[in-house]
Amino acid sequence: MAITGYLIQVFAVADAEVRKLRHDPWELVSRGIQPLLWLVLFGEVMAQVRGLSPGNVPYLDFLAPGILAQSVLFVAIFYGISAIWERDLGVLHRYMVSPAPRSALVSGKALSSGVRALSQAVVVYICAAVMGVDLSFAPGDILAAILFIVLGAALFSTFSLIIACIVKTRERFMGIGQVLTMPIFFASNAIYPIDLMPHWLRAVSSSNPLTYEVDGLRTVMLTGGHSVYGLAHDFLALALVLALMIVIATRMYPRMTQ
Amino acid sequence: MTDDGLPPQHDAVPSAIVQTFELTRRFGDLTAVDAVSLQVDAGEIFGLIGPNGAGKSTLIKMLTTLLPPSSGRALVAGFDLAQRPAEVRRRIGYVPQLLSADGELTGYENLLLSSRLYLLPGAEREQRISAALAMMGLSEVRDRLVRNYSGGMIRRLEIAQSTLHRPAIIFMDEPTEGLDPTARHAVWNHIRDLRRELSAAIIVTTHYMDEADVLCGRVALIDHGRIRTVGTPAELKAGVGLDATLDDVFEKLVGGNIETGGEYRDVRLSRRAVRERK
Repeated sequence: MAITGYLIQVFAVADAEVRKLRHDPWELVSRGIQPLLWLVLFGEVMAQVRGLSPGNVPYLDFLAPGILAQSVLFVAIFYGISAIWERDLGVLHRYMVSPAPRSALVSGKALSSGVRALSQAVVVYICAAVMGVDLSFAPGDILAAILFIVLGAALFSTFSLIIACIVKTRERFMGIGQVLTMPIFFASNAIYPIDLMPHWLRAVSSSNPLTYEVDGLRTVMLTGGHSVYGLAHDFLALALVLALMIVIATRMYPRMTQ
Repeated sequence: MTDDGLPPQHDAVPSAIVQTFELTRRFGDLTAVDAVSLQVDAGEIFGLIGPNGAGKSTLIKMLTTLLPPSSGRALVAGFDLAQRPAEVRRRIGYVPQLLSADGELTGYENLLLSSRLYLLPGAEREQRISAALAMMGLSEVRDRLVRNYSGGMIRRLEIAQSTLHRPAIIFMDEPTEGLDPTARHAVWNHIRDLRRELSAAIIVTTHYMDEADVLCGRVALIDHGRIRTVGTPAELKAGVGLDATLDDVFEKLVGGNIETGGEYRDVRLSRRAVRERK
């Protein structure tokens, strides 16, 4: 009974966000442009470079899951801005005086970021298919891809929420968001294999959650894709970091209204 | 019990719905709320009057569990604020000074969100939402985005969403700030209706003396974080002299006009709230 109530509250928060998106779907269009540009501009040029992708996987095939993970990251990492905006307006106060457990509020927001990110997946899938990437449309693979996208978006948006709780103003957040995005993106396997990296950077990449999201997506998005770390390992790494983020955010989120 | 089986109206002993004991909140060197001890009874409309920056909002934030007190304690709806915040939250409604309705959702969706956060029984949800919208005169605009509402409509929606779960006590922080006279009177009427329909206690903060005078059964004058006096508007005015207004009471006790109160930060905050409401 208590579990049902908790899930209703998580769903209530996520549902409100999805409804906002339905009222103003332009956000989805603008979100889809960036991954499209990366695939077409960056991907087509880099595909000419030999040896970037491992084995005989075409570079575009290698790149598509990385770009999907990257575009999810780029949007999720700025989630904190809207959290600060909600605080400034006062909308956050209504959540905080409600009896919903703070972890349910944080989880609901995380889930809504995950749902929003799925729109980017649609763009990347269509674009990649047009460009001849050998995508897998097996139902199991699609479901697994959805899981990895939602996990990744939830993880990075909750991380962003924690940053927002610390910096508190939109201006400061903009600066920090830019600074964070670069290393998370480039110190990962998103656009090149980790094997190309010097040892110290390889160590950084191995502790970067984005690496496991990309590895998971590369496995389930492509026909015959294979995982470097193992799918279960990817999933557990993301789930554990997300759980940790939610625990931290649950403690910090209520301070935003003080 | 009377002959018709109803409890008598008059000799019922009023029961405290809010009790604070030396409640204090400090921000660094500033003591925003200074050892406030108050009692608010079930079913009354209680006014907290004072200039901007007097500590009204800080007091409300503590009583609504948003801000932990530095010292002192309080019982809200029978539960200790610090020890049972979840129980307190279940029993209170809060209309903050800032905007609490989401402009990107419709009026109906805002209420749907509240009904789920407060875990209202699924079967009752739609009926309660419709009733709340009807009571606040918003039935016709239920499916319109709130960002297209007028300031008065937004306030009424916020009152509806803070009362959907039938709280025992409702906190309203400057509920008529930034509204024109007609909208203010409409909000007053809705507050009175609420008290009657829900038999809830309502704590209102305001710096409008006329508002406190017509709306509140009892008022507390607060300045620099301290309660200066508590009583019915009539009692307070009688203590000052014939034909005195609440403004005169305030001037006598605090030594200054209420309008001159507040600092740059408070003015900026309240102006911003008004601007963003539009």
